[in-house]
Amino acid sequence: MKRILSWAAIAVGVVYFFLPLVGMLEFSLKMRRGEYSLDAYRSVMGDPQFQATFGYSVVMACLTIVFGVLVVVPTVFWVRLKLPRLRPFMEFITLLPLVIPPIVIVFGYIRLFNTSSWLPLTGTTLGTDFLLMCGYAVLALPYMYRAVDTGLAAIDLRTLTEAAQSLGAGWITVLAKVILPNVLVAVLSGAFLTFAIVIGEYVFAALLDRPAFGPYLVWAGGNKAYEPAALAVMTFALTWACMMLIQLATKFSKHTRMPR
Amino acid sequence: MAYLDLSALQKSFGANQVVKSFDLGVAKGEFVSLLGPSGCGKTTVLRMVAGFETPTHGAIKIDGQDVTHLRPNQRNIGMVFQAYALFPNLTVAQNVGFGLKIAGVSAKEIIARVAEMLALIGLPEMGARYPFQLSGGQQQRVALARALAPRPRVLLLDEPLSALDAKIRVSLRAEIRDIQRKLGITTIFVTHDQEEALSMSDRVVVMNGGRAEQVGAPFEIYNHPKTRFVAQFVGTLNTLDAIVTNPAGGEVTVQGQPLRLPQAISAQAGATVGLALRPEVVHLEADADQISRGDFALPARIAAVQFLGAVIRVKAETAAGAISLDLFNRPDAPPPPLGAEVALRFRGQDVIVLA
Ligand SMILES: Nc1ncnc2c1ncn2[C@@H]1O[C@H](COP(=O)(O)OP(=O)(O)O)[C@@H](O)[C@H]1O
Ligand SMILES: [Mg+2]
Repeated sequence: MKRILSWAAIAVGVVYFFLPLVGMLEFSLKMRRGEYSLDAYRSVMGDPQFQATFGYSVVMACLTIVFGVLVVVPTVFWVRLKLPRLRPFMEFITLLPLVIPPIVIVFGYIRLFNTSSWLPLTGTTLGTDFLLMCGYAVLALPYMYRAVDTGLAAIDLRTLTEAAQSLGAGWITVLAKVILPNVLVAVLSGAFLTFAIVIGEYVFAALLDRPAFGPYLVWAGGNKAYEPAALAVMTFALTWACMMLIQLATKFSKHTRMPR
Repeated sequence: MAYLDLSALQKSFGANQVVKSFDLGVAKGEFVSLLGPSGCGKTTVLRMVAGFETPTHGAIKIDGQDVTHLRPNQRNIGMVFQAYALFPNLTVAQNVGFGLKIAGVSAKEIIARVAEMLALIGLPEMGARYPFQLSGGQQQRVALARALAPRPRVLLLDEPLSALDAKIRVSLRAEIRDIQRKLGITTIFVTHDQEEALSMSDRVVVMNGGRAEQVGAPFEIYNHPKTRFVAQFVGTLNTLDAIVTNPAGGEVTVQGQPLRLPQAISAQAGATVGLALRPEVVHLEADADQISRGDFALPARIAAVQFLGAVIRVKAETAAGAISLDLFNRPDAPPPPLGAEVALRFRGQDVIVLA
């Protein structure tokens, strides 16, 4: 009886989760009347606006990942090594982006960095792009921080650092040659999460008025019939690919992990 | 002046003074052990030499150069840790070559030096393996090779054998000492294991509560401990109370029997002093009748017999307390049975007077 109930629960869950997806997939294939086709996808792919916004978001995601790694890895390293008492504080800080709505954050940015402020970032395209990247990095921070923190917890940080130092390594070498390679898997999973977040992000890009993929999705949703479904399916596939890559990276790393 | 010179080193963590005025000179090529119970400050002294801690007070000199405030990566000191600390993402060869690469040595020279070091530690075929594919003993040997590859001025080892199995621990002792001799590298070895310290070192520093209690050759430390702590920490010890009869002449009585000690005693006549005996200087006389009158002999009863192989450790109860003694195994002489009445004999000159 219990078994039946739990199977039933799983079935309900699967239906609840997959039915809309299947429906959307089916709808996205129905652009040509009377038969299934990939016309919607072809139309999306051929849209120059899709190409421009998607390309822009991919570039922004990559920049955000690099920026996030450069900020988070040394910070977590230093806190774990020298200021372990600050860890609860770090946990709290890095949770804030999940608690504070993005709209609040972006309005804060605009207030702080508008053209009449001390640092008029929004005055130029490049400045706005930089601001957007910082915003993305903040949104990804909870995930990036936790991924890197878990990665660093798995190695004997202090002794490895000291071993490298006694062999002549300075801080940069320690970070680049010893710490980063040993938390690469953790960093990768943080990176894929960041990628998934940035690709779908709407609020920041829209309010900072940058041509990102998120606003394009919303625009397409309001102005086209079949293409939004195709776009949604594609975005889903992309997110899932990221998740699978995380799994793959974790699995791939198994043989370099040392059983003590 | 000593090659490595630690003078008046002090280290406090907050209000907790962990190292209290520590002086030590290590000659070039010498192997010195820091021996002491856990928490006595051995690691802290070593970490100050390596540069991971800054002394609150005092100075560290290597070959005349003051390195007290030099950063760890500028000291050219090799360090081996208890936890091996090999870089898990690098192969054995890359681990050993790590310091050379940072020093900017050419790739060709690195390959040659790494091969030389791997041969030295007896793992010439293991260069392509990863640390997790090695046993603990092999990993620690690689860690040693890694520390030695850049030809450091001083080698520091912090309990490098503590994480290993007993058997490997013993064989690695000899191996480390052998390599150290071959290279003639000035070495400080930290351990809480007295057997390790005694068997490996040119000199031993016995530490207690952040101070060096005694510095000397293993033979000296073991046979002529200067303080009660050193006597008790190094080796097994029997203690007996004695009453001083003639302080200047070193004469005492134990259980009413006179005994003459090799040196004068700094106590008043009639005072009680502690005597200490190593198990190996106590002799067992199975037949109490053998003892002629006037010889010093304590009557005793065998309370426990532990057959260890080459040595038999016997515990005997006397009126002055329990005494452990060691007999060499002899195929024709079985150990005495439990409960047997025996006599214990020892010479006054083998007695250590506890201050
Ligand atoms: N970084 C530190 N902060 C505070 N106390 C420390 C620190 N390092 C060591 N201690 C304290 O100093 C004492 C000596 O430590 P240590 O040198 O590691 O001893 P040993 O190596 O002889 O076991 C211990 O009581 C330890 O708690
Ligand atoms: Mg220690």
